[in-house]
Amino acid sequence: MEYALFLGCTAPIRGKHYESTARKVCEILGVDVVDVPDFACCGFPLANASAEAAFLMAARNLAAAEEKGVGAMMTLCSSCAASQVHVNREIRSNRKVMDRTNEALAEFGKHYTGSIEVKHLARVLWEDVGVDAIKAKVKRDLSSLKIAAHPGCHYVKPGEVHDCFDDVEDPKTLDELVAATGATPVSYEDKKLCCGGAVLGFEEKTALAMAKQKLDLVKASGADAMVSICPFCSVMYEANQGKIEEAYDVEYGMPVLYYTQLLGLALGVPEKELWFRMNSVKPSEMLAKVVIE
Amino acid sequence: MITERELDKKFGLEVADRYGGEAIRRCFSCGTCAASCPVGRFDSRFNPRRTIRMVLLGMRDQVLKSDFVWLCAGCHTCSERCPQGVHIPDIMTALKNMATEAGYTHPTLAKQIDLLKDFGRVFEVEEYDNKRRVKMGLPELKLRCEEVKIILDKLGVNS
Repeated sequence: MEYALFLGCTAPIRGKHYESTARKVCEILGVDVVDVPDFACCGFPLANASAEAAFLMAARNLAAAEEKGVGAMMTLCSSCAASQVHVNREIRSNRKVMDRTNEALAEFGKHYTGSIEVKHLARVLWEDVGVDAIKAKVKRDLSSLKIAAHPGCHYVKPGEVHDCFDDVEDPKTLDELVAATGATPVSYEDKKLCCGGAVLGFEEKTALAMAKQKLDLVKASGADAMVSICPFCSVMYEANQGKIEEAYDVEYGMPVLYYTQLLGLALGVPEKELWFRMNSVKPSEMLAKVVIE
Repeated sequence: MITERELDKKFGLEVADRYGGEAIRRCFSCGTCAASCPVGRFDSRFNPRRTIRMVLLGMRDQVLKSDFVWLCAGCHTCSERCPQGVHIPDIMTALKNMATEAGYTHPTLAKQIDLLKDFGRVFEVEEYDNKRRVKMGLPELKLRCEEVKIILDKLGVNS
């Protein structure tokens, strides 16, 4: 399994601990990762201004991956996954779209023949590596941990775009990935609630109200931590947690880990290399429940 | 109060001609979208059912100059449930594109356009970031991507 690692905009700047632990768990699980320095933004935020320009930006990344000679692309961010998968699907299913796209890409000497498969990292772990292969490599006992998984929106939706690999009304794959680490995925209300990330820049108050609702419900579930698989969901729940606590006079102290940090913990990655010190809400209480050699 | 003379009957057709907009005429206002919308739950200004009605009635200015046009999170909760197969997030994207083309670009979006033209990303990669990345054993990022600027300029996307 070889994947071009699509970093996107947020993860390599604001989620370096996500990127680093993603690379580590991939290495342990035999997923080969190739860097493509030519990758730029997936186009997701730009779709607000021009869906056409956003489409070409995603197509440009697909061409860059193809140029590198890999057969697949793996994203860290759920919104990157949605745009890259969607554009790839449109190009591959319609000859006219492919021709028009290539006419535009020719402007800077790029060309895309449609050979790339695109998946989110979590989908690669669930589908290509598999829960059983993960379980087989677990080295630390996480059975004392209760984890609230936040699947987010674009990891699974639109369902049709993502081949309906998970159930859009009751997503389960992330819970299964959490269970594979030995931790217990807790159920909580409103699990599918959007983090509000796409609204943050347009109406902060509304976006924070959306994130608060989820933090309230996760807190009520008794989870030791929440896990996310999207750097922007993490920005909403973790980086903005203090702001929400202040605005609403509440207290959460809810650690928000990237799934790859939890998985790395289970796989025996040295604690230092899991970068918990980069999480703005420190998971000290959670870590105290785990025996780390 | 709005009079019929102020309505722009072509507005709905224009939206229907945009990518993902074609199904808008199938909307029978059941309200599944509005009931499902996680943004509408916390901000009553945003209501996808009402927005679609406004578009079909031809309320161009009231939609394109509004605050609410920017509030769709694109989460696809509505479109997964729409019994008529209306691609509501695509319609909201079309409306945002039309608002941008009409010169009502939201300041946050204008800033993102500038960042993309300068850096090819919506975050500026600074030397500090690369230093920090190298320290963590991560590869350096390219500081710019001219090709993104070429795409945006060619399509006339400006802040």
